[in-house]
Amino acid sequence: MSGVYIGMPAFPQNAAKAVQNSQLRFNLRKATHTIRGRRAAVVGELADWAELRQAGKTIKDHTLRHLDRYLIELEEKVTAAGGVVHWARDAAEANRIVARLVKDTGETEVVKVKSMATMEIGLNEALAEEGIEAFETDLAELIVQLGDDFPSHILVPAIHRNRAEIRELFLKKMAGAPKDLTDEPRALAEAARLYLRKRFLEAKVAISGANFMIAETGTLVVLESEGNGRMCLTLPKTLISVVGIEKLLPAWQDLEVFLQLLPRSSTGERMNPYTSMWTGATEGQEFHLVLLDNGRTSVLADKVGRQALRCIRCSACLNVCPVYERAGGHSYGSVYPGPIGAILTPQLRGMDTELDRSLPYASSLCGACYEVCPVAIDIPSVLVDLRAKARHPRTEKAGMAAAGWVFSRSKRLAKAQRFGGRMRRLVPKRLPGPLSGWTDTRDMPEIPAESFRDWWVREGNR
Amino acid sequence: MRVALFITCVNDTLFPGTGKATVGLLRRLGVEVDFPLAQTCCGQMHLNTGYRDEAVKLAGRFAETFAGYDAVVAPSGSCAAMVREQYPHLDIENIPKVYDLSEFLVDVLKTTDVGAYFPHKVTYHPTCHSLRGLKVGDKPFTLLENVRGLELVPLPGAEECCGFGGTFAVKNRDVSAAMCADKIGNVMKTGAEVLCAADNSCLLHIGGTLKRQKSGVRVLHLAEILASTEEGAE
Repeated sequence: MSGVYIGMPAFPQNAAKAVQNSQLRFNLRKATHTIRGRRAAVVGELADWAELRQAGKTIKDHTLRHLDRYLIELEEKVTAAGGVVHWARDAAEANRIVARLVKDTGETEVVKVKSMATMEIGLNEALAEEGIEAFETDLAELIVQLGDDFPSHILVPAIHRNRAEIRELFLKKMAGAPKDLTDEPRALAEAARLYLRKRFLEAKVAISGANFMIAETGTLVVLESEGNGRMCLTLPKTLISVVGIEKLLPAWQDLEVFLQLLPRSSTGERMNPYTSMWTGATEGQEFHLVLLDNGRTSVLADKVGRQALRCIRCSACLNVCPVYERAGGHSYGSVYPGPIGAILTPQLRGMDTELDRSLPYASSLCGACYEVCPVAIDIPSVLVDLRAKARHPRTEKAGMAAAGWVFSRSKRLAKAQRFGGRMRRLVPKRLPGPLSGWTDTRDMPEIPAESFRDWWVREGNR
Repeated sequence: MRVALFITCVNDTLFPGTGKATVGLLRRLGVEVDFPLAQTCCGQMHLNTGYRDEAVKLAGRFAETFAGYDAVVAPSGSCAAMVREQYPHLDIENIPKVYDLSEFLVDVLKTTDVGAYFPHKVTYHPTCHSLRGLKVGDKPFTLLENVRGLELVPLPGAEECCGFGGTFAVKNRDVSAAMCADKIGNVMKTGAEVLCAADNSCLLHIGGTLKRQKSGVRVLHLAEILASTEEGAE
């Protein structure tokens, strides 16, 4: 994955700052609870949701098991329909391919449809280094780009910004923004629309991702809400799509399942406003598909972790996560925040940095994410599995070994309890070291003079 | 039916009152309960903190200790969920049949009225592992509704995590405290005197914060309310 976040502190430190930002807390609470409610309502409408979810999981698992075969089939179909397929092992290779393709057209500007894959590889930054300017055309993504900012949510990347901030940003950074711009949502959207319209009409090259790729027909599918995607996918002469290899579906008919699962889980709509599908290149136009691995095949090799590749980037897990709601997306230091980010980022990027090692611990394991996931990714289980693979702090290791030693014999536990009972008056109100994390905001419980087991024996039960 | 009590290490060490209440309640309902003294911990803390090997050892130990019992009752939804939901992933053989207290009462004993008396205003936090792990549903609510004198008030945002999460509470202290602040805000909205739950580890966290804030709300395990009678409340 891209190095844009390298050097960021670990999750707990990032989150400690975020929880103190009252505006952020208010924005996140309002937005996540609104989408959460909408999702629950439209999911509740479908009597067969559990079956759909099971079907989604099964189709994805089947595809992943036979990924090699379906990818070759896709390549054949796209090529036959006039498209050109490129294979990218990692972010650097994908960026090189895209930059070269743009340069070949002689253009220095491109328009973009919101795409997680191109964010993941840091494409915009890589293109900028080659003298190519990329314009994000999704409203929220545009806000993030103008603010030289990072996205903080998969679906609503500018969730951390309020409209007063957006107005200021537009006035400062968006060419042609009206001087009398207000912070009314309608006025802000209109200003962005006028700015973007010019880009759409002038652009010769567009870059997109895709929600799904159909192996059987070589068709790519993009779901969106604003119509900017449709503009980018149809108007420019050259279209370059960068898509993760796990976005594949075997057959056209599989869309029946996913076109129900995705909008309901994502925006809480029965149907998204725009669904664009294209197969290869239209006459007079060029189409390039860059298939991106960037760590995905190594995730596929992991028996427990591979289920993360089922993800369809709906962000339902973010909207129900109590940790995400308080810590915000930036704390995760990745384009993939929230519960899915906590299992995807450490697998794609590895756990070499303190930040990436802290991500599997950024969860209370409450299970709300698993419950709403439309492809039934057991996020808590993957988190626990990643925790077992992470390097642990030395003091913690010693503490856990000691606890394991005490618990391995019931007589040792009884002795430790009696010792604690005798010392109970001496326990300080504030604990030292890492344990101060407990007593900073909570009182210690009173330690009883006698444990349950000692009571049981004393009462003559045994 | 041979019934064993799995007290859990947290209850054994810090909340013996919950264990005594569970034993008292079960005896009152005519269940003779055994307490295998060899028991220690189910291994959840080790597993969830990333110490799988230690967890597997403790899980194996648990399965041996409780072998031969028809039912194991645990006054902790979280520890019961560890055995039922996680042990299969740890390749543990002959996993004992473990029930959370409300499941044992409602599903095994087929009782929803345990003859308890508790004349107080109570709100109930369903706790994540009971709710989403064991899926106990409305069992604890039904049991509480049948307690004489008890006024049960709904807790807003009840299904949201309180922020305990085991070592999460220490590793991510700020987020944990922020989650608890919102949970407590909801508890205070109810005007309840008592916050009840079926997991003392969550109550350790919420109760510790309520106490630090001098809120005047006390926390009680479900077993302690169900064990209370007119003759002498716990």
